[in-house]
Amino acid sequence: MRKPSEHQSPTGAIVATRLGRDFGGTPAVRSLDLHVQRGEIYGFLGPNGAGKSTTVRMLCTLLAPTSGQATVAGCDLDTDPGQVRLRIGVALQGSSLDESQTGRELLRLQGRLYGLDRVTIDRRVAEVVDLVGIGESIDDLIKTYSGGMKRRLDLAGSLVHQPDVLFLDEPTTGLDPASRARMWAEVRRLNDAGTTIFLTTQYLEEADALADRVGIIVDGSLVVEGTPAELKRQIGRDIVIATVSEPQVATAVEALTSVPAAEDVTAHGDTVTMSVADGAATLLAIATTLDRAGVSVRSLATRTPTLDDVFLHHTGGRFEADAPTDATPEQGVSA
Amino acid sequence: MTTAMTNPMTTRPSPDDSGRVRTLAQPAGFGQDVTSVAARALRQILRDPEAVIPSLFVGVFFYAVQVGVLQDLVMASSPAGLDFKAFLLPMGIVFAITGVSRAAALVTDIQSGYFDRLLVTPIRRTALLLGLMIADLVLVLVLASLVSVAGLLFGVRFVTGPLGFISFLALCALWGLAFAGFPYAVALRTGNPAAVNASFLLFMPFAFLSTAFVPRDAMTGWMAEIVQYNPVTYLLEALRALLMVGWDGPVLAQGIGAVGAVFVVTLTLSALALRGRVSRA
Repeated sequence: MRKPSEHQSPTGAIVATRLGRDFGGTPAVRSLDLHVQRGEIYGFLGPNGAGKSTTVRMLCTLLAPTSGQATVAGCDLDTDPGQVRLRIGVALQGSSLDESQTGRELLRLQGRLYGLDRVTIDRRVAEVVDLVGIGESIDDLIKTYSGGMKRRLDLAGSLVHQPDVLFLDEPTTGLDPASRARMWAEVRRLNDAGTTIFLTTQYLEEADALADRVGIIVDGSLVVEGTPAELKRQIGRDIVIATVSEPQVATAVEALTSVPAAEDVTAHGDTVTMSVADGAATLLAIATTLDRAGVSVRSLATRTPTLDDVFLHHTGGRFEADAPTDATPEQGVSA
Repeated sequence: MTTAMTNPMTTRPSPDDSGRVRTLAQPAGFGQDVTSVAARALRQILRDPEAVIPSLFVGVFFYAVQVGVLQDLVMASSPAGLDFKAFLLPMGIVFAITGVSRAAALVTDIQSGYFDRLLVTPIRRTALLLGLMIADLVLVLVLASLVSVAGLLFGVRFVTGPLGFISFLALCALWGLAFAGFPYAVALRTGNPAAVNASFLLFMPFAFLSTAFVPRDAMTGWMAEIVQYNPVTYLLEALRALLMVGWDGPVLAQGIGAVGAVFVVTLTLSALALRGRVSRA
């Protein structure tokens, strides 16, 4: 695992050194170091307001950094933003579409603005329509599209010119699970074809499922980065989750704190979690402890660490997002 | 709606020999940038005619009603030979074309994020405004022509002939673009639809504190004083010259100069607002 402050190689799809952005003296992004390799999916994970979108807006030339420097696709953001724009594709947060156009008109306009000739536009529009699965609806007005279709058209629009580096700013926020799964498949397919992808998300399972490496940003600062497996291995322990009757949560926490193998005992609602070296081996001792304390246990389960646990480990708080939580399978018993 | 997934092998981007994706993008050229933006704006106009019809209605309505109401009154107190139907036609056109712009659509783009989508492309920033103004130019010419047709139906004829009619339309177009600079400047500065709508209030002093309905010679008191400072007065007099008098050089020069001055001011304001909007600061 590499800490963000470590030396970065000068080559890469995205290289940022001490990149920062203030708004009226209030820092939104602080001294950010990034090194995204060509062909990589980099997951930029953080809660709302952490600085993800500000970072993307800097890297795709919409905002100038107030400190530091960066190159994207080998071109300097500050001195050569025009060359950066030729090499990147961007799907900004929310669907930034002109709903008075048809999907095809929007894609063709994108192609013209990127200097493609008529034949190439026709070919690329057909390819990206095929890729994102919009089908015959491409000739309908965008205002008739569903939310999922708009996001996929947004993605298609960012691909018409076949960018070297693709920025996806929360591409699945607000989508239903089926549309989200479809978007994930499309992102993987693009990456398989060699496109570097910088993906911001507030969904832990999205970063876990898609990203080769993940960076976690909190309050404008990158707190840790590495592969999802590395980050979870850093926790090094299993997680035990006990669901108890709510009035007995304090009693349960007090009792479990006395179990030598249990660390980081915390409560959220009627759920008490703790980390242990070996979940399966400790489950019985925990059940016995709770029983002796007179706590009524509804369920008791153990699982391997998730990115949420990584987040907790590095920030001291649980990840807050309007999304389903990490879907790691749990082993355990229900009372 | 069809949402079927397809075989990824048929739709992949094309990696180069090193296995890397290579972008197909290249600078499009300023002309292509402008025509792309203009073509999109014209498509929007065709799909949204209800945004244009009121302008046409206002022009034709004011023209027809004022002719009906004021013709006998004005003819009785005016020099013999005044063709009041021709005299009022420029008023109808100015009412139809003043304030016609894509500024409201521009605000929608800003609020929806589509403007940012355009900004992350290599498009020249000035093309974002110039393309819209080209679309405005087309619309203003169409509106001015349609109101002119109403005048022709009333029996109005251009004493300067077809070339005079073309010059007449060109001067109308210059005024349309000159006034459109105000709402564009407001749209780009504020991104606020209410502010853009409010900018239309400028139409009132420009249109009504002028010689729109009555010749300057017939005015007295403060109104006679004020109309001298309104560029629309000189625009109307130049248009009326083309329509009723002939190729009156000094009057035409005054009209072109007055409208041109407004154009320079509003274009500067909107260009500065564009620079602020696309600034990365």
